[in-house]
Parts: sequence; C-alpha cells; structure tokens
Amino acid sequence: MAAIEILDLEKSYLVGFWRKRPKLALRPLRLTIEEGEVFGFLGPNGAGKTTTLKLLMGLVFPTAGTARILGMDMDDPRVKSQIGFLPEQPYFYDHLSARELLNYYAQLSGVPVKGRSARVEQMLARVGLSDSAGVQLRKFSKGMLQRLGLAQAIVHDPKLVFLDEPMSGLDPMGRREVRDLIQQMRHEGKTVFFSTHILSDAEALCDRVGVIHQGELRGVGAVADLTSQTQGKIEIIFYAQKVPAGLTSLGAEPRVSGNMVNAVLPEEQQDAALEVLRRERLKLISLTPVRSSLEEYYIQKTRPTEGRKEDGRIEESRKGVGV
Amino acid sequence: MNSGSMNSGSTNSRIGYIAFNTFREAVLSGAAILVGEISIDIERLVVVNLGLTAVSLFGVVIAIFIGIGLVSKEIDKRTLYTVLSRPVRRWEFVVGKFFGLTGTLVVNTFLMAIGVFLALLYVAHRFEKMDVWVLVALYFIVLQFLIVCALALFFSSFSTPLMSAVFTFALFVIGNLAEDLRGFAKITQGVGGWIATAIAYLVPNFSALNVISQVAHGDAIPGRLILYNSVYTLLYSAMAISGAVLIFQRRNLK
Repeated sequence: MAAIEILDLEKSYLVGFWRKRPKLALRPLRLTIEEGEVFGFLGPNGAGKTTTLKLLMGLVFPTAGTARILGMDMDDPRVKSQIGFLPEQPYFYDHLSARELLNYYAQLSGVPVKGRSARVEQMLARVGLSDSAGVQLRKFSKGMLQRLGLAQAIVHDPKLVFLDEPMSGLDPMGRREVRDLIQQMRHEGKTVFFSTHILSDAEALCDRVGVIHQGELRGVGAVADLTSQTQGKIEIIFYAQKVPAGLTSLGAEPRVSGNMVNAVLPEEQQDAALEVLRRERLKLISLTPVRSSLEEYYIQKTRPTEGRKEDGRIEESRKGVGV
Repeated sequence: MNSGSMNSGSTNSRIGYIAFNTFREAVLSGAAILVGEISIDIERLVVVNLGLTAVSLFGVVIAIFIGIGLVSKEIDKRTLYTVLSRPVRRWEFVVGKFFGLTGTLVVNTFLMAIGVFLALLYVAHRFEKMDVWVLVALYFIVLQFLIVCALALFFSSFSTPLMSAVFTFALFVIGNLAEDLRGFAKITQGVGGWIATAIAYLVPNFSALNVISQVAHGDAIPGRLILYNSVYTLLYSAMAISGAVLIFQRRNLK
C-alpha cells in the first residue's frame, strides 16, 4: 500500500500590497511514496519543499488537489495519530524541560497513561538527552533541539515520519547522529519522507529521491539506479611519476598526484590503456567505471529550462486562482 | 509499542492538556505582575473599592497582554506546528488556550481576594454578613475576565498583538460605558438611534458586571443580576470564541 499519494496538490498565495496577484508556491504535484520507503525530497531553498510538507500536515490549505496518507484522506483526523512531523528549525515551548515537552506531546498524541513515562524516557535515551531531560529548553543548543525534535516526532510510534531539513545547521557529529536515527526508523519499518538540500545525506539514506525546483517536481528516481548508471568512461589509477605518452593519445584526462596517476578515458580505450601500462611496466592500482552521482542528477533537474517562467508567477490565463 | 493500539485521546483531555500547559506558562510569565500590595490603612469602603478595582485592573491587564499573544505568538514562534501536526483540532487548541488563561486569572483573583479579605479583617477586626457581596463582586470580576480573554483571543486570531491589545482595551473601556450607551440609544431618534442601539448591544456590557461601588457600601446584589450576568457572559464569550475558531480554522500558518 502507498504510504503517501499526493494527487495534484497545488498552492498559490496572494502577494502584493495594493494589487494582489496569485503566486504559485507549488505547481500541481503528483507523487507516490510506498510504505517502508525512505524518500528524499530534494531542492534548493524556496523550491516548495516546506510548502509541500505544510500542506500534508494541514498547516496550510491547498488551492487545489488533495493527498491520501496511509490510505486515508489527508484531512481525516485519524491520520494525525499515525504520523510524526519535525518542522524546519523547530521551536518548542522553552519554559518546559525536554521531559515535560515530550510528555505534553505524548499526551496530545494519545499515548496511553500506562507506559507514557517509560516511552518518554526511552525516547530521551534514544536521542541522547537523558542527562539533560530536566533542563529548560531555553538552555539547549541547536543540535540538542534538533534531536529533541526527532524524539517528539516519534514519541507516539508513528508509522510515517515527515522531517523538514532534519540536518540543517548541524555540525558533522550532529548530522551523523540524525542520520543514524533515520536509519533506525528505516529498520523499524517506518516510512520516512524528508526534505533536504544536502545531497550526501540523501544519497546515504534514501531509497528514492524527488527533485523539486521552483514549485515543480522535476524528477523522481531510485538512488541506486541514479548512481549505478555509467557514463561510458573508466577511471584508472596506477603508480607512476609522470603520464605515459601513449595514454594521452588515447584521449585520457590524467592527473598526477605524488607517485600516482589518475586518468579518466573512454570505456572503449580500456584494453589499449592496459596495454600501455603493461608496456611501460607500470603497476595498476584500480580500474573502475565512472558512475553518475546524485549531484549530477540534481544539477541536471534544477537547471533552468527555456521558456519557463522562473519567478513562479501564474501565467495570465490562470489569474484569479484563489488562495 | 504498536502505533495501531494507540488511541488519539478524547477532546476533553487534549483541551485539558493544552489548558494546563498554558496555565503553567501564564503563571510563570505573569508572576511578577500578580503580586500586588494593597494598602490596609484605610476604612472598609476604601479597602473594598481599591481592593476590588486592583483585582479587576490587574486581571484585565494580564488577560489582554497574555490573551493577545495566545495564538499569534504560537504562530510567530512556530510552536504551533508540532501541536497541530498531532491529533489536535484547531478549535480544541483555541478552546484549550482560553481555559488555560482563564484558569490563570481565576487563581490570580483567588490569591488577590485573600489579600482583600485580610485587609477587610484588619480594618474591621471581624467579617460582617455584607462581606458575602464582596464575593459576588469578585465573581463578576472573573466573568469580566472571561469576556476580555475571549475578545483578546478573537482579535489575536486575525490581527497583530498590538492591534489586538488596542481593540480589546478599547472594547473594555467602551463596555464599561455600555449602560450609558444604552441610555443614549433610547433617547436618540432615526438612523442614529438604530446605530447607537446596535453599538450599545454589540459591545460587552461590562458596566452590568461592575458592582464594586454597591458592595463597598454594603448593598445586596439581586439574584436576578447574578443569573443575568452569568448567562450573558457565557453567551458573549462563546460567541467571541466561536468567531476566533471560525477565523483560525481557515488560516494558513506561514
């Protein structure tokens, strides 16, 4: 069963002071996320990632379209007890301690009284905040707040978790911890939908990614497929002080680094290149096909296309669409 | 734990949780304002007049300045996102906030009322039968707070905190002149009369809730007025809260 089915969800806002005009924040979006999947929603700042998440959370209302979450209409009140949400740069009641906050959210999420305290303590331990559980949140660092944000998103053991830029603003250690927590969610069978513009995180965590730019979904694909495509080139690395003459004539792009040479050349020149190395009695270290990276896919999808209105305004014929 | 076995809790309990959290927040932030000193070296009439007026003004100030931020502050600080992404309906959030703040004001009034009665005891050396009407006046003050809270919440559901404070305070002042407005409306003819009548009955009738002067003189408060004020406050607050809910239900949280 699909965990999320987004059916032409669309959002426009009225902008301007005197002459209000609609501005599209999200063009009709159609996307399906399967249960148990970790899905990365990629895009630059202002691409429409947060708008999509806010629409799915019911924090803003769509101009058109709808979505089904866990087989229910997105407006169905039952949905909310089975989903968790971490907003971008989350703010919490800073007069509360971490324990009090998690307890409050557990109460609102309907976690039964029996076992609620144990669940809260379990979540605090899981995000490494047990020692700071009684400290008021106004004394928390950004990394601690982000970890607490993850704990509040899963305190009621939801089936589906939405995370908006969960690694944003964290140091390498903090990012690693958040990545590990998302991995744990995957192992527990939860569906995770997270937005990010940090591609290495998406590549490390996601089963599939979608790229959104200027309010429009530009592409969706499995990370494994995207990164396994070869580009018709090979990379050879061997021990040498200088580039052998025969290799350059094969169309190689060599780079000397210390006593090693790294060269990229067309796939069909593989045998000829190996022959050059044998002739020159050079020791081969590795030979690998050059694969596409998620970064290349992302750049390709977010590149401006001709004829597109890049400011996201609604075309003349669509004016009058309400918010 | 299995998410399937978890129920989303009852509306009442969720409102209760929000109310308790708001109460706790309001108590902490309002603590400095809550502690008032009342002069006790005066006679009974002055004690009752000054004491009850202080209770009323302190409460109204707290009601306005906390009430106007109840919803807007949560939107601005985005603390609302993690609440509304749970099985909490928007109307439950608004009603929970209202009860949390009014709960704070009831406790505040109770504590200040103890001060008023201690002052009365000091000047009179004993309680008299007519002091029971002071309790009624305190009850009416609490009713005023309910209306002020509801109005502050209503304005904060669509306006900035500053404008909400101005609107609420203006209505509080005009509402204290409601009886005069009604009298004026009765003697005004034509369209002006209609407009004056509409305004007189639209603004909250705080003047009917102000019996400080009567109880200071030891006058009894008719049971009919107690019933009228109770029903009036219930209906007026319900209308204001309903308005706040209707607006908040449709609001996009940016």
